Amino acid sequence: MNLDDIYRETILDHNQIPRNKGTLPNPTASVGLLNPTCGDQIRLDVVVADGKITDIRFDGQGCAISMASASMMTEAVKGHSVAEGLALARSFKAFLTGRPSEEDLGELSALEGVSQFPSRVKCATLAHNALEKALDPSKADLDALD
Amino acid sequence: MTIAVQDLKADFPILSRSIHGQRLTYLDSAATSQKPAAVIAAELDYYQKTNANILRSVHTLAEESTLAYAKVRTLTADFIHAQADEVIFTRGTTESINLVARGYGDVHVRPGDNIVLTPLEHHSNLIPWQQLAKRQQADLRYIELRPDGNLSLESARQVIDSRTKMVAIAQVSNVLGTILPVRTVADLAHQAGAVLVVDGAQSVPHQATDVVAMGADFLAFSAHKMCGPTGVGVLWGKMAHLKTMSPVLFGGEMIAYVDRDHATWADIPARFEGGTPNIAGVVGFGAALEYLAEVGMDNVGAYMSHLGALAFQRLQNLSGVTVYGPGPDRGPLVSFNIDGVHPHDVAQAFDAKGVAIRAGHHCAQPLMHWLGVNATARASFYLYNDIDDIDVLVDAIESTKRYFAR
Repeated sequence: MNLDDIYRETILDHNQIPRNKGTLPNPTASVGLLNPTCGDQIRLDVVVADGKITDIRFDGQGCAISMASASMMTEAVKGHSVAEGLALARSFKAFLTGRPSEEDLGELSALEGVSQFPSRVKCATLAHNALEKALDPSKADLDALD
Repeated sequence: MTIAVQDLKADFPILSRSIHGQRLTYLDSAATSQKPAAVIAAELDYYQKTNANILRSVHTLAEESTLAYAKVRTLTADFIHAQADEVIFTRGTTESINLVARGYGDVHVRPGDNIVLTPLEHHSNLIPWQQLAKRQQADLRYIELRPDGNLSLESARQVIDSRTKMVAIAQVSNVLGTILPVRTVADLAHQAGAVLVVDGAQSVPHQATDVVAMGADFLAFSAHKMCGPTGVGVLWGKMAHLKTMSPVLFGGEMIAYVDRDHATWADIPARFEGGTPNIAGVVGFGAALEYLAEVGMDNVGAYMSHLGALAFQRLQNLSGVTVYGPGPDRGPLVSFNIDGVHPHDVAQAFDAKGVAIRAGHHCAQPLMHWLGVNATARASFYLYNDIDDIDVLVDAIESTKRYFAR
């Protein structure tokens, strides 16, 4: 196995220099999620105005996969509509479980190698679960932190 | 250090497996140990030649099966210097501790009493007590750790008092490797009129065990961490305590007389073993005990201490690596973190080299809070590991540091 199949340059870059990291002062939704296998936590703050994600930040500690995935996700959805954000989260999760993706995942497709490792899929999807929950409060089945 | 380890490695078929094209280096024995061929053969042999339910029928297979099961109870008792009828077979340490928390705790712990633990307990020696405290409106108290990860005896003297009914501690921490002063805590518990429950999951596999010398009232451990199969565990308890316990699993094999409205219980230990047990697993466990006895638990103990100390010293000298827990005097495991690399990424990088370690919270989240980390990597050893494996571990750490620093 080649480790580079998982840890592509883009992933290491987003892990070392995460985009949109931190918290927002007045989020319209804020979600905390826990990865029970490792104890890692993520907090996702979003500002939604007129059906658009106008600002988004994530905070927390985690492995390179979870941090890079969160960082790429925030870049991908910022400035896009809630419907587009939800579609991206859904497509990304499908992509990691080996189903064809309906959306152009952009940089997130660099996480493809993770799909070979079921234990790491949870790391990669944590931020996307948080996004779904932040944008759609009916997603109550996700592992809520609080 | 008299173990000829190269000979032992050959006893474990899985160790000749290759992972991603490289020789497997198995450093996750604190999670579960590998099994010698003799244990695998014993289970197979049981199913091929002896299989029958125990304690019921009079046919030859049933008699042989019953005898085989009973023989392992005696082997287990001998292994820990106890009496055979004080040995209860369970599914594992978790079930053993749940059994004592319900069976003994529900009978003896009253509102306002307290139960004393430590912050380094595995969740299996924590959650059953949290639940007992809730059921009985009792308090949970903690003997604090010193900054080096050893237990503070000063704190132990403060928290154990006349309202303490049960004290439950690990003998060796599954994260820090800390060796707890069980005998001293036993004396403090007994002076207060409390009983001591010892979680032996990380100690019984690695050292000679004498429940009397230890001063324990109950001891829980798992077969699968000591060369035995999964799904078999032991709860040992002093007969005087077992007699006061209420059964927890009700049904077949645990009764004496049953009518439409009432039942009376079988003798101890059958009273606590409701349902058909894991007979084949217990038979396999017997082969594991015989295997370990042949190596000699004093030899195993000396060798594991040696490997634990050596691994600690090697890792402590590496730059950019934090090693947790006390000094070289520890159980055969080392928890560590590499600066700037998450332990899950460490474990992934190790796997690419065929090195199996554990990464995560190790089912000890309160201890992670105490350490101020979310997770650690952990390398743990057993009698089939050797100094070469520690070299492989050090090399894997160095190459992982380089990989993620690029």
